[in-house]
Amino acid sequence: METLAVNEAALEALDQTVEITADEMDKPEFKFDKTVGSIHSENPRMVMRNVNVHYGEKQAIHDVSLDIGANEVIAMIGPSGCGKSTFLRCMNRMNDTIENCTVSGDIKLDDVNIYDKKQDVVTLRARVGMVFQKPNPFPKSIYENVAYGPRIHGLAGSKAQLDEIVRNSLERAGLWSEVKDRLDAPGTSLSGGQQQRLCIARTIAVSPEVILMDEPCSALDPIATAKIEELIDELRQNFTIAIVTHSMQQAARVSQRTAYFHLGYLVEVGETSNLFTNPSHKLTEDYITGRFG
Amino acid sequence: MQISTLLLILSLIVLGAYYLGLRRSLQVAGRPGKRKHTLHSLPSYYGLLAALWSGIPAALIIVFWVAAQNTVITRLVVDALPPEYIASVGADELTLVINDIKNLASGNIISGQSGPMMQAAAERYLHLQSISRLALAMVVIALAIAGMAVIWWRITPGLRARNQVEAIIKAALILCSTIAILTTIGIVLSVLFESIRFFKMVPFTEFAFGLDWSPQIAIRADQQASSGAFGVIPLFAGTLLISTIAMIVAVPIGLMSAIYLSEYADKKVRAIAKPLLEVLAGIPTVVYGVFAALTVAPFVRESGEWIGLSVASESALAAGLVMGIMIIPFISSLSDDVINSVPQSLRDGAYGLGATRSETIKQVVIPAALPGIVGGILLAVSRAIGETMIVVMAAGLAANLTANPLEAVTTVTVQIVTLLVGDQEFDSAKTLAAFALGLLLFIVTLCLNVIALHVVRRYREQYE
Repeated sequence: METLAVNEAALEALDQTVEITADEMDKPEFKFDKTVGSIHSENPRMVMRNVNVHYGEKQAIHDVSLDIGANEVIAMIGPSGCGKSTFLRCMNRMNDTIENCTVSGDIKLDDVNIYDKKQDVVTLRARVGMVFQKPNPFPKSIYENVAYGPRIHGLAGSKAQLDEIVRNSLERAGLWSEVKDRLDAPGTSLSGGQQQRLCIARTIAVSPEVILMDEPCSALDPIATAKIEELIDELRQNFTIAIVTHSMQQAARVSQRTAYFHLGYLVEVGETSNLFTNPSHKLTEDYITGRFG
Repeated sequence: MQISTLLLILSLIVLGAYYLGLRRSLQVAGRPGKRKHTLHSLPSYYGLLAALWSGIPAALIIVFWVAAQNTVITRLVVDALPPEYIASVGADELTLVINDIKNLASGNIISGQSGPMMQAAAERYLHLQSISRLALAMVVIALAIAGMAVIWWRITPGLRARNQVEAIIKAALILCSTIAILTTIGIVLSVLFESIRFFKMVPFTEFAFGLDWSPQIAIRADQQASSGAFGVIPLFAGTLLISTIAMIVAVPIGLMSAIYLSEYADKKVRAIAKPLLEVLAGIPTVVYGVFAALTVAPFVRESGEWIGLSVASESALAAGLVMGIMIIPFISSLSDDVINSVPQSLRDGAYGLGATRSETIKQVVIPAALPGIVGGILLAVSRAIGETMIVVMAAGLAANLTANPLEAVTTVTVQIVTLLVGDQEFDSAKTLAAFALGLLLFIVTLCLNVIALHVVRRYREQYE
């Protein structure tokens, strides 16, 4: 009994210290006033205003407003736990699958609120595709992986059309020449980088308008990463892309605009070249110069 | 000295060896602070090594001694009996005499006459026993101390005590796993030998392909129903029929409840429903049997009558239904685990493409979980084939060769039970048939398990 009591006391002490540090983070060092830089885009595809996300009691996103322009790549950077992935997952309502996650605010895709009751989540996700952190090919053949989306949305009228979509998507993902002779092989037999390009091919096979990428290169080696980055740049011609990344170099290489998140707040957003060379907010500067994160 | 006392002394010596080994290692290493040498291993490993060296050989000697002692002493006692006497009694009677001598020695009632020769033999028996015990005690204690001493001399800072202790422990682990394998082999062999005796009386072809099962053997020549028939086909047909009914009940219900629990149910429902479902697995099969015989079978018969079918009061349908209910938790619990272990990233991938929940489950989650689900189902089939109590109580004893689930059938397990229940002579074809049935049952479930492993491996190659 006695040891238990001691442990409880120790735990309480631990709780308190945690609270104090959280307070310190919130108060003296980090005072959020308003987002620095322009949240607006000339030709907005997605418009988000005053988005708040709660996981139960805990607030993960505070009042974030941001535009994503057509045919631009926007990078979201920030330290771990800053809410950038949560924010990304709001854009195609992937947060719906998480229990007690509530989203409030306006998120519009081409002027239609995607959280509207009338909005069908299935058609939304066909328009806003997603590529995940870890390559997650289905336990099916390479061909079936790419054909899966067009099949469930009935995009192909015939086998020939489906073949065409699969080939086209694999070509655009830069994977066709590597897999054209073994389309029946399991998707999981590919290397990590190839698997991730397969997942990208799978996503573009449904011809979405927006592609969300959640740290798509974090599980890949530098060469595979370089290939994906090249691919992202090419995809920009046809798609609007939002990418969450931990690598500031990657953000600088692939994006036109960059948004810096901190503790659930959108601290600064601006032209990528500008933000990295001349950050306006102290926190952004600290982060990109490597003082934390 | 009693064996228990000896064991107590041995464990004290082993404890002492541990302590001495520990001390010795510290001693050779020098005092703390100004150590002369660095020990190769932690001091406790030297203690353990000393304990193992003093304990293991001594313990092995005890085991072998106790195993061999009886044979050796009996042999010596028999050799001391007058040769004319041994010649006058046969080999069968001699074992009886030996038994009498042992009984006399331990003060029990004996079957024959207790003459002076028997008394002398019993005394000799007791005498040899006490010598044996004393010798064992001396050998064991000497060995334990010798083992300890050997290590005492061998302990130097460079002795690789940890590696040696780990090697000994690894050997012990291998020994443990061998025991399980040896037991299996032992069971198979014992069933096999009895079956071979059976097949000397009844030809294998008659057993394997006969369509008639009535294992009555006449005790007197003039008895009715004197010819036994040992055709196993009706039994396997019955087993197959009942198992099929059980699987038809259990697979859909089990699989669907697993899908509901893992994919649709919210946390609260899951927390209550899953343990409730698993309670089914905890019900003794005897209770299921009572339920089948007293509740389900009459219900099946009455509802059959109501729609104009004649149903036997003990029907394959009733037994199969209840067995199916018994198997539901196996399938649901195993499938639930497998479905839960499908990574969330796969589901996310499907949702991210705009798949609905049911599309995700049908086309992504279930295919990914299939090897595990198939494995679980085949395991459940093995279980259904081997199940005994429910069928004993609800399926009946009549060996009908029929595919009609409304008739009474019997199964392999039921027949094994009925053949061996009560006083039996173990040299008649009737009782030996039970072993042949057991062997066949074992082979069938073994084949099923091999197929299950094969299927699982093939799917795994495809899906992972």
